Amino acid sequence: MDFELTEIQQMIRETVRDFAEREIKPVAHDLDEKAEFSEEITKKMGELGLFGMNLPEKYGGQDLDTLSYIIAVEELARIDSSQAATLAAHNSLGIGPLFYFGSEEQKMKYLPPLCTGEALWGFGLTEANAGSDSRGTKTVVKLENGEWIINGSKIFITNGSADISVGSTVQAVSGDHDGKKEFSCVIVEKGTPGFKTVSMHGKMMWRASDTGELYFDDCRVPEENLLGKVGQGSKIMLSTLDNGRLSIAAMGLGLAQGAFELALQYANERKQFGKPIIKFQVNAFKLADMATKIELARTLLYKACWLKDIGKPFAKEAAMSKLYCSEIAREVADEAVQLHGGYGLMKDYEIERFYRDQRLLQIGEGTSEIQRLVISRYIGC
Amino acid sequence: MSTVPDTTTKIRFAGDGTAFDVTGVQWIINPWDELSLTRALQLKEESNGAIEKVTVISVGLKETEPVIRKALAIGADEAIRIDTAPLDAYFVAKQIAGSIKDDGFDIVLCGIDSSDYNGSLVGGMLAEFLGIPSVSSISALNIENGEVSVNREIDGGKEVLSVELPFVAIIQKGVALEPRIPSMRGIMMARKKPLNVKAPVEADSLTEMISFEQLPAKAACKMVEEDNVKELVDLLHSEAKVI
Repeated sequence: MDFELTEIQQMIRETVRDFAEREIKPVAHDLDEKAEFSEEITKKMGELGLFGMNLPEKYGGQDLDTLSYIIAVEELARIDSSQAATLAAHNSLGIGPLFYFGSEEQKMKYLPPLCTGEALWGFGLTEANAGSDSRGTKTVVKLENGEWIINGSKIFITNGSADISVGSTVQAVSGDHDGKKEFSCVIVEKGTPGFKTVSMHGKMMWRASDTGELYFDDCRVPEENLLGKVGQGSKIMLSTLDNGRLSIAAMGLGLAQGAFELALQYANERKQFGKPIIKFQVNAFKLADMATKIELARTLLYKACWLKDIGKPFAKEAAMSKLYCSEIAREVADEAVQLHGGYGLMKDYEIERFYRDQRLLQIGEGTSEIQRLVISRYIGC
Repeated sequence: MSTVPDTTTKIRFAGDGTAFDVTGVQWIINPWDELSLTRALQLKEESNGAIEKVTVISVGLKETEPVIRKALAIGADEAIRIDTAPLDAYFVAKQIAGSIKDDGFDIVLCGIDSSDYNGSLVGGMLAEFLGIPSVSSISALNIENGEVSVNREIDGGKEVLSVELPFVAIIQKGVALEPRIPSMRGIMMARKKPLNVKAPVEADSLTEMISFEQLPAKAACKMVEEDNVKELVDLLHSEAKVI
């Protein structure tokens, strides 16, 4: 066994950490407060080469392994979940399906601009009445005279409605075989008649990331906009979510790391009863538990990445990582607020944002309950 | 280029207090050298090909290679590592001079000091060993139509000098705004760039470390109510003994 990161992975960690501390940390609070998506930071992340990290160079990518990408997400989430979300969603959900299932023409057309940070892409899966139960999807697509016609709507689509969002991959019902729905995915570009996006506001968390609703009203796209094959929709979705789970797990891990560091620093500075509160065993033990959970989470997630990178099945470990990293993110953020006492409840302290941001992680991209369902099936329940 | 402990490192000394304890230390490019590298890369980009390459040179053991690799990721074209521990400023300057004296170069940029031992000696010594001029405390370095000019911060103002090549530029704050962050592509490309390892030349070190001592811990701060002038004066007189 070898737990050592490669020199490249180590350098990526240092680089993204440096970037996040220098470019994101100073503005994270304000962007969250104003619920403002930052094109500027997105562009800078693109210049750094964070979009399309795992893609071959010919599509504009960096040809890096999964673990390198996961480390980048982790380091962003250590500072600001919103920016990590923009990156993770774009890479895993935006770029991912196009890369894994697109034709060569589609890849050459769509991927290079999506690797620059100047254009984002969404993945339209969730609907108002189809969350954990994606078979409840109501959006329909049918082929007519060489065009796909889409009708329906999608909700909670990360990167779906920013000014620089240039389109989405949309999953829709393409047929019904004896009561069994058949799903297909189609590519819809911004500006297509009948396609409208609306940004969603009033979020508790990830306030500086873009979340949108997608509406399709007799929206017509050319036949060649089919992604993969007819009826492959479920396969595309499941494979995309397996990959997406790794990046959500990375967000949990990074957030937990950031919250832990904030708590450690605060507990060293805050004095009560004549000494720093970290000197009280009750607090020191909290920090010991937090550090242990983070270490476990990291080991599990990195193992899942390693499995993927060597071409072995990783779906079970991805679900376990997503479940565990997101749950410990909640536990660590919660204890970190506790260590901050009353100040932890104030917006002036960064931990308040971490506490809100962690809450999505047990819900988005498959709830904790769905992860347990996935895991239980893998272990023969 | 020096490899130094990250500026947030907690400094501890080993055993008898004559050596720096490197356990668990995160190593980085010396910030002044990083600034020098940034300016060198900008100059190369501005030169439309007139500047052929930027080479990073560092004296250190194999453990310093990840830090040197980072300089390549930031954009240096190649690197040289002189395979020996940097014993002191004289030794390091001798090593660098020995390594580059026969190479073609125009400007040697080096940080004004390294953030670990703060000797501020290598640049000046290096110029001396190479038999070329040096300019210290450079806060701006420009090349226009092949003419090199530098600014130096001096007491109450600045000095602008024109310099003939080759020379040693001893760099301080101001030459570049911020060091560069390497891109993912840069990190990937750094693997393929040459990092040449050279054997050290014969040289002595002229200094010997006798001991390191930590600063005494700061004494507790005593607060006095704003209207209690008498207590303040008494404390300054009897405890602080400054009046």
